[in-house]
Amino acid sequence: MLETIKEFASEFFVTGDPLILGAQVSIGLAMVAIVFILTYFKKWRWLWTEWLTSVDHKKIGIMYIICAILMLFRGGVDALLMRVQLAAPELEFLNAEHYNAIFTTHGVIMILFMAMPLMFGLFNIIVPLQLGARDVAFPFLNSFSFWMFFAGAMLFNVSFVIGGSPDAGWLSYPPLSEVSGSPGVGQDFYIWGIQISGMGSLATGINFVVTILKMRAPGMKLMKMPMFSWSVLASSVTIMFAFPILTVTLFLLFLDRYLGAHFFTVDGGGNPMMYLNLIWMWGHPEVYIVVLPAFGIFSEVVATFSKKKVFGYKSMVFALMSISFFSFFTWAHHFFTMGSGANVNAFFAVTTMIIAIPTGVKVFNWLFTMYRGKLSFPTPMMWTIAFIPCFVIGGMTGVLLSVAPADFQFHNSYFLIAHFHQVLIGGVVFGYFAGLYYWWPKMFGFKLHEGLGKWAFWLWNIGFYVCFMPQYALGLMGMTRRFNEYNFDMGWQPLNVVSTVGGFIMGLAFLFQVWQIAHSIRFLKKDTNGDNWGQGRTLEWSIPSPAPFYNFARVPHVVEQDDWWEKKERHARGEADPAEVIAADTAPLEPIHMPKNSGIPIIMSGFWFVAGFGFVWDWKWMIILGLVGVVVTMLARSFNYDDDYYVPVEEIERIEAAALKGAK
Amino acid sequence: MAKAHSHEHDHAHGHQDPEQLKQFGFWLFMVTDVILFSTLFATFVVLRGNIAGGPAGADLIEMNGIIVSTFILLTSSFTSGLALLSMNKGNKQGLILWLAVSALLGLSFIYLEVSEFVHLVHEGANIGTSAYWSAFFTLVGTHGLHVSLGIVWITSVIIQIARRGITPATKRRVNIISLYWHFLDVIWIFVFSIVYLMEVM
Amino acid sequence: MASHQQNEHQAHSHGSMKSYILGFILSIVLTIIPLVAVLNDMFNKTTTIVIVLVTAVLQLLVQLLFFMHIREEDGPRYNLISLVFAVVILLTIVIGSIWIMTYNAVAV
Repeated sequence: MLETIKEFASEFFVTGDPLILGAQVSIGLAMVAIVFILTYFKKWRWLWTEWLTSVDHKKIGIMYIICAILMLFRGGVDALLMRVQLAAPELEFLNAEHYNAIFTTHGVIMILFMAMPLMFGLFNIIVPLQLGARDVAFPFLNSFSFWMFFAGAMLFNVSFVIGGSPDAGWLSYPPLSEVSGSPGVGQDFYIWGIQISGMGSLATGINFVVTILKMRAPGMKLMKMPMFSWSVLASSVTIMFAFPILTVTLFLLFLDRYLGAHFFTVDGGGNPMMYLNLIWMWGHPEVYIVVLPAFGIFSEVVATFSKKKVFGYKSMVFALMSISFFSFFTWAHHFFTMGSGANVNAFFAVTTMIIAIPTGVKVFNWLFTMYRGKLSFPTPMMWTIAFIPCFVIGGMTGVLLSVAPADFQFHNSYFLIAHFHQVLIGGVVFGYFAGLYYWWPKMFGFKLHEGLGKWAFWLWNIGFYVCFMPQYALGLMGMTRRFNEYNFDMGWQPLNVVSTVGGFIMGLAFLFQVWQIAHSIRFLKKDTNGDNWGQGRTLEWSIPSPAPFYNFARVPHVVEQDDWWEKKERHARGEADPAEVIAADTAPLEPIHMPKNSGIPIIMSGFWFVAGFGFVWDWKWMIILGLVGVVVTMLARSFNYDDDYYVPVEEIERIEAAALKGAK
Repeated sequence: MAKAHSHEHDHAHGHQDPEQLKQFGFWLFMVTDVILFSTLFATFVVLRGNIAGGPAGADLIEMNGIIVSTFILLTSSFTSGLALLSMNKGNKQGLILWLAVSALLGLSFIYLEVSEFVHLVHEGANIGTSAYWSAFFTLVGTHGLHVSLGIVWITSVIIQIARRGITPATKRRVNIISLYWHFLDVIWIFVFSIVYLMEVM
Repeated sequence: MASHQQNEHQAHSHGSMKSYILGFILSIVLTIIPLVAVLNDMFNKTTTIVIVLVTAVLQLLVQLLFFMHIREEDGPRYNLISLVFAVVILLTIVIGSIWIMTYNAVAV
């Protein structure tokens, strides 16, 4: 009996690595600590009613962001581990298997469990507020999306300590990712972690398309909508059409592994190239999914801190939508070298070059917005300005890579790694940092400390360039990606050392951000006046900070772009608002229709986790339990007709009065 | 969401009727399901020639059963339309009757499909036999899974109609499930054409 | 609420018994045509494929028009737009895959 348990445990838990053992112990201790704290302070009920069952977009957004920051930590540690290993030739810090696992988890975590949730967090908190809406179209589905993300992320993260991490790269190409190449459960954790969280992402895409198309405040025609909301629409449409491809591709790989199918095997008529074809059909739109909202954030920040309408609104909208559209026609540039032939390569090289054009238009428009504007440079604006040269360079190296014959030299070298990190960090990460800093006071009622923010900003930027510029050179010198060690004779060490130093500078920058957040929570003054920067242009700044749970006591009537700014200008000039605006602003308060909280999303996601875990270990009873649970919770939802209520007028009045008192 | 006066307020404030919102949301979900099936079709078309020296579809497919299944599913799409007509006339009995008929026809479809799969496996063609058969079973099976879930769904809607009658909320549920049911018939048309007809040509 | 009900009724009054029966009959006809063409080996391969695909697309239209009431959508016609975009992506996925994989020298 004891023998069976020991044998099981040695298969089940990852053993033999001190780093991982340390992580296992820390995770165990952290879990105990969390349970202890919640029990001691009697916060279980609060946690359940205020957060775990919340369908409030603002709370869901905050939960996404917390998870994203934790994942940024794990992904960053992965990065630093790799940089340590590469700092000297033939170092034995990480052996090949361990290194493979780390670059795999680094990629999956940064893109799917850091960038996506950070993005969804900002979508959630801001879009309804910008649109003058009281929540998203489907608040229950919204909560479901978050908990599915959480379940998928948990499943993926747990592989590190239970069963073993996946190690076939962030996109796990077959045949390496088939049972023959990856017999362990890590690959199955990969499939199910991403599959489950992907379902949540798809639901979010649908949710925000409906919200943006159908729930704008009266008077807010599409061409008067804020740029961030437009970018969310473009991104959400892309999500809708890209994620089903991922769902199928992962499912087919699962069938290969679980039922012996031959989609991507080397025998039985399978074709591994078909996996590459399909996964990149999702993979390319995916990178535009994450970058478009960053573009939207830049438009908001640049306009606000130039005190000027964004230049060329129509062309900005057109650029967003065309980038979203064209992103579906460039995918083969990820496998130019895989034998598709000259005609295919030529076509996709051209489409890739074309897609750079609308982005270029946007960069010029941001610069023209700043021209002759009344500029100020708080942290969000600094991130925005730093993004411009960084992303432009990264984009240009992308055009270099798009030249198919040239790509035969660049492909899978450090040149490629430098390119995609530059656009992802310089574009996506800088953008979401800008958004986080910009909208932080709206979320929490206080700004983040400027001084610490500037330290973090400079360290991130210096660290980024020091880390990645040498990697372009290394790529041109022939250094290939995904190698855990290199020979001294290659002459790559000096640049690798520089790159490692840069990585640690970015790590230090992250620590400054954590310090900044902790310090600001503890010390910075609360200011519930909604217009936290004083020069807000869009509707979210017209309500208190943090927003009351129902957002708007009265649904506003919108007249033009940057409506809140224009209203303030009108008042400053002594002009009266149009009649519909006055009517909307002075209408008597009415009970507000709000959705009730629900425990079903977290429970259903829990069942998906159970099913996924069962599939990973092929424990049939667990699979059945999980899937039956999913169906039962879905039916429970269908049979529930009591999912809404009305906020009485007295409560609205009380909340509005309290916000006014706390405003400065 | 069945509070009458709230809808008037919402409409005046420019907010959509929540039932219409949900129907639009479901339409968008169906659009994503189109993409899902597109990927399965693309995989099937690319891999259909790869029989790895084993049996071909044309060797084992029996069209008679497929023809019957096709007409059954087509008819169930029609009867779900009849259910909708009953509902719009306020005829609760008719609504439940035609929904039940649609579900039963769907069940017959599934029975025939499962029988077909069992026959194929007995003849030596399972999901692991070759890339062709992997793609065949996955594409056809995914459609069948969608139909099976639809049958459970129709049943749950029937129960809710029986309990609550025809209200804005139950109407929306019927509208959505019948949209789903038509969508599944559309997918089957292409499965029938591309997987079956093009195989036995 | 009353106005909504009326709108719904108006939208669905076009979904009359006549249109459903017509749709049903058209679907049956559009199923029989390719069946007959294929099972009786009536045409060469290319022609048969064209017949099969064209009748399938026509049946799709029948479903959309007669059963899914796509024409009765009030503006803005988001249902139609999203469907059209889906068809564009569908064609990209299917035709793109066929193109890339057919000429893929690495592929089996």
